[in-house]
Amino acid sequence: MSTFQAFEYDVLVIGAGGAGLRAAIEASAAGVKVGLICKSLLGKAHTVMAEGGVAAALANVDDRDNWKVHFADTMRGGQYVNNWRMAELHAKESPDRVRELEAWGAVFDRTPDGKILQRNFGGHRYPRLAHVGDRTGLELIRTLQDHGVHRGLDVHMEFTVVSLLVSDGRATGVIGYERERGRFKVFNAAAVVLATGGTGRAYRITSNSWEGTGDGHALAYQAGAELMDMEFMQFHPTGMIWPPSVQGLLVTEGVRGEGGVLLNKEGRRFMFDDIPEPYRNQTADNEEEGWRYVLGDRNARRPPELLTRDHVARCIMREVKAGRGSPHGGVFLDIAWIKKKMSNAEAHIKRKLPSMYHQFKELGDIDITKEPMEIGPTTHYIMGGIRVDADSQMSTIPGLFAAGECAAGINGANRLGGNSLSDLLVFGKRAGEYAAKFAKENKRAAVDPASADRAIKDALQPFDRAAASENPYTVQAALQDMMQSLVGIVRTESEMQQALTELATLKTRAARAGITGHREYNPGWHTSIDLKNLLTVSEAIMRSAIERKESRGGHFREDFPDKNPEYATFNIVTRRAADGSMEVCRAPLPPLPAELKQIIEDQKV
Amino acid sequence: MTKAAFKVWRSDEAGGHYRDYSVDVVPGMVVLDAIHQIQATQAPDLAVRWNCKAGKCGSCSAEINGNPKLMCMTRLNTLDLLSPVTVEPMRAFPLIKDLVTDVSWNFRVKKTITPFTARPADAPDGTWRMQQQDVDRVQEFRKCIECFLCQDVCHILRDHKLHDGFIGPRFITYAAALEMNPLDAADRVPELKEQHGIGYCNITRCCTNVCPEHITITENAIIPLKERVVDRFYDPLTRLLRVFKS
Repeated sequence: MSTFQAFEYDVLVIGAGGAGLRAAIEASAAGVKVGLICKSLLGKAHTVMAEGGVAAALANVDDRDNWKVHFADTMRGGQYVNNWRMAELHAKESPDRVRELEAWGAVFDRTPDGKILQRNFGGHRYPRLAHVGDRTGLELIRTLQDHGVHRGLDVHMEFTVVSLLVSDGRATGVIGYERERGRFKVFNAAAVVLATGGTGRAYRITSNSWEGTGDGHALAYQAGAELMDMEFMQFHPTGMIWPPSVQGLLVTEGVRGEGGVLLNKEGRRFMFDDIPEPYRNQTADNEEEGWRYVLGDRNARRPPELLTRDHVARCIMREVKAGRGSPHGGVFLDIAWIKKKMSNAEAHIKRKLPSMYHQFKELGDIDITKEPMEIGPTTHYIMGGIRVDADSQMSTIPGLFAAGECAAGINGANRLGGNSLSDLLVFGKRAGEYAAKFAKENKRAAVDPASADRAIKDALQPFDRAAASENPYTVQAALQDMMQSLVGIVRTESEMQQALTELATLKTRAARAGITGHREYNPGWHTSIDLKNLLTVSEAIMRSAIERKESRGGHFREDFPDKNPEYATFNIVTRRAADGSMEVCRAPLPPLPAELKQIIEDQKV
Repeated sequence: MTKAAFKVWRSDEAGGHYRDYSVDVVPGMVVLDAIHQIQATQAPDLAVRWNCKAGKCGSCSAEINGNPKLMCMTRLNTLDLLSPVTVEPMRAFPLIKDLVTDVSWNFRVKKTITPFTARPADAPDGTWRMQQQDVDRVQEFRKCIECFLCQDVCHILRDHKLHDGFIGPRFITYAAALEMNPLDAADRVPELKEQHGIGYCNITRCCTNVCPEHITITENAIIPLKERVVDRFYDPLTRLLRVFKS
């Protein structure tokens, strides 16, 4: 038998970004004993990178805004394959979740009458994003962290979960190791909440931190839960592309919200060239109207740079492919031009976009108040994730909950900017609430010692293979290159079939990955564990993408470039079959209630 | 391809030593890229803490050529590559392994500061009203990414090891963000004087000089709070009034 330290909780939360912290706070408020596991130090999760803001129909800047408009915007942005109930709950509850942050100490930017300020963002009809300059995520995570630590949470930092334990079809806890000493710990809990974020590290060019390796997706899948919508990957249109060391680093959509324009090498604002039909009524058809919108003119329509991310990313690819791109293979994003319109443009840019100014100045030798940035698409966010019940966030495994990026449903085929931070808060809270309820109603089930033992042996295998084997870093890089070139922003059947073949080879190589050194803080070991998760989510992404023979939102097929109405009636689900292979099936979308259908119709004008 | 020489701190049973590595230089490269290259090709078990690689999470703090910096924001073209670049862990905290230190003391200290306590709401709907100019200063402090470089360089912690009696510049700034928040109703002046040891700081500005977020820690956070402590506890007139009152 392997040795391990044992812990017991009512609710165990895996992941301490916005969703995990919010879930832990809520569960704790319900009076149950809560454990919180973080992959990194507390307060360092990927949420800190969120820049532009949190979407909530507070109507502080434009009083025409309300939950119905936000709901319709979210559904339109998601191309109507969203879970309507999640979109409804999200739009209704996000204002309260934002106001609550202020009560916990968050300090948002203000309107002239002293309320929380809101800014424009892609796909949102009215200025809707509550923000703090361009560091909203940091404000959100710090507020939740500082509030949470006084709520009696037990925090386990720098901890890697290697297996989710299930007995008799119910989640019973997790097993993993603390990185500092490499010792194993078993957590037994009545309810487990996964809040592990995304999978961006499956790609070479990504805005995601090292943590985004799809851990929750893979743990849930291996334990028998269903994943959904894994083909929908968001490639954010504006990532840095030069110098190479910062390739993929995010450039906030807030730049465009503040008036930044996209230009090709001929200096043309190419976004005016292709405005999709559902957005034609809401989009400016000339530069002058677009600028009036930025200034807050309620009668002006929004500039085409603020169309949804999937569309903007594809327009950029089109310009690059047509030879109209920038020197390093992207296009130009220009905010400096607003000096023609404003006398204090330089100070304004530095005040509204401080970290963008800082990032380009220090890492790219570019002064964004004076010259345009060079940008291109970067892997940013996965709409797909663990399939959950809309109200409770419980997965298909009883006692296992999921919230935030690792859960599916709210975003459909494409997420609107700003809807992620609000998703974390709304569904983090719900997951915590319902997990606590589940824990009160169901006693902890015992952990199966044999499966804990097996998980430890598996996790230690890379040490047994030692140095004569594959280097896990090399295999990870090969996977990232393969996903980037074969299952990226533009997809075709033949390339994805090739990807499946290459994935099989990579799996064999990963199974040979070995490491040297001891168990204490050994990044080679961590990488070999992350690698297993990345391979699982990559397979789910490609199998789902092969199944969806149309183009919709973040999923673009060159061989099926149009939307197919038949595909608007179901989501694609992946799960582990009895023989261990990955099974793909179609789950019909739940029917949209008449009153919500009416809201969507009303908002089309 | 240009090469650069690095001397990276590796722990061993005797404590540790510098080990030499050579890396290929690519345009725009930062020190963290060099460390990653070493990890991926020469030393898979080299321990380093990092997350965002964008200067936003504050994980990759280290001492580069002796200067406390974020590895992800230190460009190689700002360093003299004719001699080897040294990279070592923060020295004010206990070492875990290689470049990773035990910063848990910071998390414990933060918990001892009286948390945010909201004053009653201003509007019937339970919300507050504040002007932007009234929150500008607090927002400056809230830019802090908790990299703990200011703690690392503070001589009261680094040289005098007064971790038990002094919370360090990071948490004085944290207390300042709470004290100057227009919505906060708690009083932290007594604890700053007593448990948190604000009097130890002799404003050498080392913290302000290393802050990667360019927060004016000394002038905007520490000095105003020292003034509040002095006004409250050492002003002769107030002391006299207190005598009469009691």
